[in-house]
Amino acid sequence: MSLQIWTYLIVGATFALYIGIAWSARVKDTKGFYVAGGGVPPLANGMATAADWMSAASFISMSGMIAFMGYAGCMYLMGWTGGYVLLALLLAPYLRKFGKFTVPDFVGDRYYSSAARVVALVCAIFVSLTYVAGQMRGVGIVFSRFLEVDVNTGVIIGMVLVFFYAGIGGMKGITWTQVAQYCVLITAFLVPAIAISAKLTGHFLPQIGFGSTLVDGPHSGKYLLDTLNQIGTDLGFAEYTSAFGAGSKPMIDVFAITMCLMVGTAGLPHVIIRFYTVPTVRAARISAFYALIFIAILYTTAPALGAFARYTLTNVLSDTTYATAPSWFKNWEKTGLLAWMDKNNDGVITYRAGAPFKGKPVFSGEAGPAGQRMLKNEATDNANELYIDNDIMVLATPEISQLPNWVIALVAAGGLAAALSTAAGLLLVISSAISHDLYYRIINREASEQKRLAIGRIMMGIAVMVAGYFGINPPGFVAQVVAFAFGLASASFFPVIVLGIFWKRATREGAISGMVTGIGFTMFYIVQTKFMGVAPWFMNISPEGIGTVGMLINFAVTIVVSLCTAAPPAAVQDMVESVRIPRGAGAAVDH
Amino acid sequence: MEKSMQRYWKANLTYMVVLLSIWALVSYVFGIIFVNELNAFHLGGFPLGFWFAQQGSIFVFVILILAYFLLMDRLDKKFDVHE
Repeated sequence: MSLQIWTYLIVGATFALYIGIAWSARVKDTKGFYVAGGGVPPLANGMATAADWMSAASFISMSGMIAFMGYAGCMYLMGWTGGYVLLALLLAPYLRKFGKFTVPDFVGDRYYSSAARVVALVCAIFVSLTYVAGQMRGVGIVFSRFLEVDVNTGVIIGMVLVFFYAGIGGMKGITWTQVAQYCVLITAFLVPAIAISAKLTGHFLPQIGFGSTLVDGPHSGKYLLDTLNQIGTDLGFAEYTSAFGAGSKPMIDVFAITMCLMVGTAGLPHVIIRFYTVPTVRAARISAFYALIFIAILYTTAPALGAFARYTLTNVLSDTTYATAPSWFKNWEKTGLLAWMDKNNDGVITYRAGAPFKGKPVFSGEAGPAGQRMLKNEATDNANELYIDNDIMVLATPEISQLPNWVIALVAAGGLAAALSTAAGLLLVISSAISHDLYYRIINREASEQKRLAIGRIMMGIAVMVAGYFGINPPGFVAQVVAFAFGLASASFFPVIVLGIFWKRATREGAISGMVTGIGFTMFYIVQTKFMGVAPWFMNISPEGIGTVGMLINFAVTIVVSLCTAAPPAAVQDMVESVRIPRGAGAAVDH
Repeated sequence: MEKSMQRYWKANLTYMVVLLSIWALVSYVFGIIFVNELNAFHLGGFPLGFWFAQQGSIFVFVILILAYFLLMDRLDKKFDVHE
């Protein structure tokens, strides 16, 4: 069967599955809509959390990013997993015991203040919106690459699907579709990775193959990583495994970015609310463990896949002529993920360090002497002639490893599952922040259950449309705004929630001033360095890592201001004591 | 707070501090600060520091969360605060 038919078949089957699950999980009350009724089994919650967490970027782009960064890719790997230790030890059990619907709920109640609640809900919406726009775009891109439909049509199909299952099933529908989506995405990720590992090293486990010797080709018998270092040095790249060399990020920056991603992970509302859905505190603790296992399966495979793909690409393409390059090269050249500019007109693909030309490839539509797609970009003055997009590492691996068509189709379904599951979790945060925290808790305390459920669904619809709008018309700074999501989550939620649980003396005034200064500093720094062209002036820390400093500022300000203001009321202090004791965590209540 | 609850809370904090120290050790100390020094040693084909940064720390994170779950499960029962 052709790839096209396989892709329609597999993607169609997974979509039918999601719709079927959503229909059988439809909800009738707000508790089902916001926290899935509080009865999700820990194992299922672990899978749902993993799917919620792993986005289109984790699935499609991360391996490629690591392949080109070498060692420094560790900041994504540790940053996006280490946060779960913080979640499991510092946040999840206590927030579950607290047992309300949303993150602003905790901030508002713990700091006995509507102002704190509003600051928290504005942060929750902003963080989630920046994140969700990228997911909708991811859905559109996967559609366009594998199903040959327009990116915008892909975004719209994604919007309709997400609205259907998130609108009908709320958190309950989202949870059970995420469980299915996890299974799809992890299979799609592992099958090609295992195949390429077995082919290159003879080991089926990529985590073992990563540190083993090559069994084939010119470097047979040598360790994969040693070979990568060697090839890298020969072609003028930095050594793959060595850290902090010339041209790479300094230690302080790797440190700050890793910390910011960890703390940001622990502070992201769509991750935190998953722990409201389990029945007990004990279940919250164990589901954090399941979640991290399921995430670790992908996160320990990704760097191995990156190294395999980097080796294969370099080995196969470097210094071969375009005429003899494998057919997948030409296939992916059509998508613009690969491009070749024959600077010295010798017909040979020269792969060296540095960008071959300025910016992303822009094709002129003409064919060159060797049949290559001619580029309109301005050439750089280095010797490199080859442009490789990060995304190709995952998308093209099945083809490079000569796997059957159904595997390639499975990768398409996996990419869609990763993007849709994350989008749904984020949309629920946006919908609940407006319909629960703003409308019910602040504007209309008398609203009936039915009215609140209807408003939740309407808000979900509006959120889907806004996310779709940004997916179709991505702001020019999409890549930059991801720095915002993690930076703001670490500079806002993490410190105030941790202090709220572990320090009874933390006061309303302290938390509000801490959040405002933490976010203020982080935003100011990111805007300065990303949009105004100011060089990173604080200890060489890049904007992706500045949330770490924002977090420290938040902690310091909250503590100092709390000590200068009157202690929290006795009722709040009692509440803090009660969240520290597991017994009595009934289902999430709506007070 | 009752005496026994104070002891419960203190034990919980001790577990946390110990586990978070290991968390910081494998990621920030082994994976970042001393990565070049550890790279002098090898684990199969992996330079050791690189292995901690891209593989080992993640395995340790998983074990830490499991350890906390098991420790707290025992502690909850000991102080009779389990569900």
